[in-house]
Amino acid sequence: MQQALSGMNSRLSSIGGSVVGAGDARTRAQLDRSITRPRVGEVSLSAFAFLFSELVQYSQKHVKGIQDLEKRLNLVGYRVGQRLLELLVFRDRGSKRDVKLLNALLFINTNVWKALFGKPADSLEKSSEHDDEYMISDNDLVVNRYISIPKEMAQLNTGAFVAGIVEAMLDGSGFPARVTAHTVPVAGFPFRTTILIKFDAKVMEREKRLADK
Amino acid sequence: MAKTLKTLGEDVWRTKVEKVNGELFALTYGSIVTQLCRDFNNNYAKVNAQLDKMGYNMGMRLIEEFLARSQLGRCRDFRDTAETVAKVAFKMFLNISPAVTNVAPDAKAFSLVFDENPLAEFVELPEAARRRAVGSAAGPVENGDAMASAPAPLWFSNVLCGVVRGALEMVQLQVDARWVSDVLLGDECSEMRVTLIKVLEDEVPAGED
Repeated sequence: MQQALSGMNSRLSSIGGSVVGAGDARTRAQLDRSITRPRVGEVSLSAFAFLFSELVQYSQKHVKGIQDLEKRLNLVGYRVGQRLLELLVFRDRGSKRDVKLLNALLFINTNVWKALFGKPADSLEKSSEHDDEYMISDNDLVVNRYISIPKEMAQLNTGAFVAGIVEAMLDGSGFPARVTAHTVPVAGFPFRTTILIKFDAKVMEREKRLADK
Repeated sequence: MAKTLKTLGEDVWRTKVEKVNGELFALTYGSIVTQLCRDFNNNYAKVNAQLDKMGYNMGMRLIEEFLARSQLGRCRDFRDTAETVAKVAFKMFLNISPAVTNVAPDAKAFSLVFDENPLAEFVELPEAARRRAVGSAAGPVENGDAMASAPAPLWFSNVLCGVVRGALEMVQLQVDARWVSDVLLGDECSEMRVTLIKVLEDEVPAGED
């Protein structure tokens, strides 16, 4: 199953490529719809929260532990991120790629968070111990707001879903990384979620090469 | 009466509901459906059933929030229920207002026609998911076999049927909700048929009088 992005199709067909799957006039119409401005508007947070909790509950049946559950949530988020990358880069960046690491991170920190959650992330930090680690933090992650974690699963952070989104966006931009979500309570914000991004060695080498030029 | 419900729905949406990006919602749902298709090996009948089950669980909890925010009392009849579901409930959660049509003469069934579906944004179904059983199969049919081999289309927004079923069951109405047509399958419109099976009596737990 594909979630086709409309607008892309009209550009593709003008290059002369053939379009996959558009059998009848109705599906062709779906692919031609504009994506420049979001058409869906908003839905209630509760609708999303209920859906997300069902996702977590469903995933729990197929896994054997916290790591597995986070991996599954990451995978579901990954698919969202792949499509979100195309959508947001098309809208906010005019389809221009970010080639510098910091710009890509800033894009996620500001644009992506703003598009998804209505406000930029609370902080973007570079790890002082590891050169290839960065952290994006959110004091009150929307997806976690109505999730309560039982004591025996205290290690779990369902923000793994958002980590998946971030991972897909970085992978798709050419900055492969491993992204995970952790709960890092801070004074005043007991449920602060930190998205930890660990870039591949190749990415750091390339950054160094570009910086040295 | 319908007008007041409409205004109520809009008011609740505007003032009492915290909102989130609809595209995130659509993409998340799509990712969930994809995951289910993968888990069930593209057996769309099972995916439909699972979506309905998830919706049922959601509906059972959603009804409380609905009642709390809308502050509505009992509906006078099933037709009233239909209007409430369409104008207030769907508005409050998804910001859409499906139309109530095809009310059965004995008012025991109605259809909701959706002209916009936030779940189906960006979605295109593959050919295999759109295939439906063509009439009755020729030749002898074994009891279990016909159902197993008849291709079921993927009712993408089946979760909504479950939500309606679960929510109404919590207010003592046992209904059957199913899609009869879906834009994603190439139909003209997306229509959900809701049929009242029976009104559940409040059961007194054994031992109490």
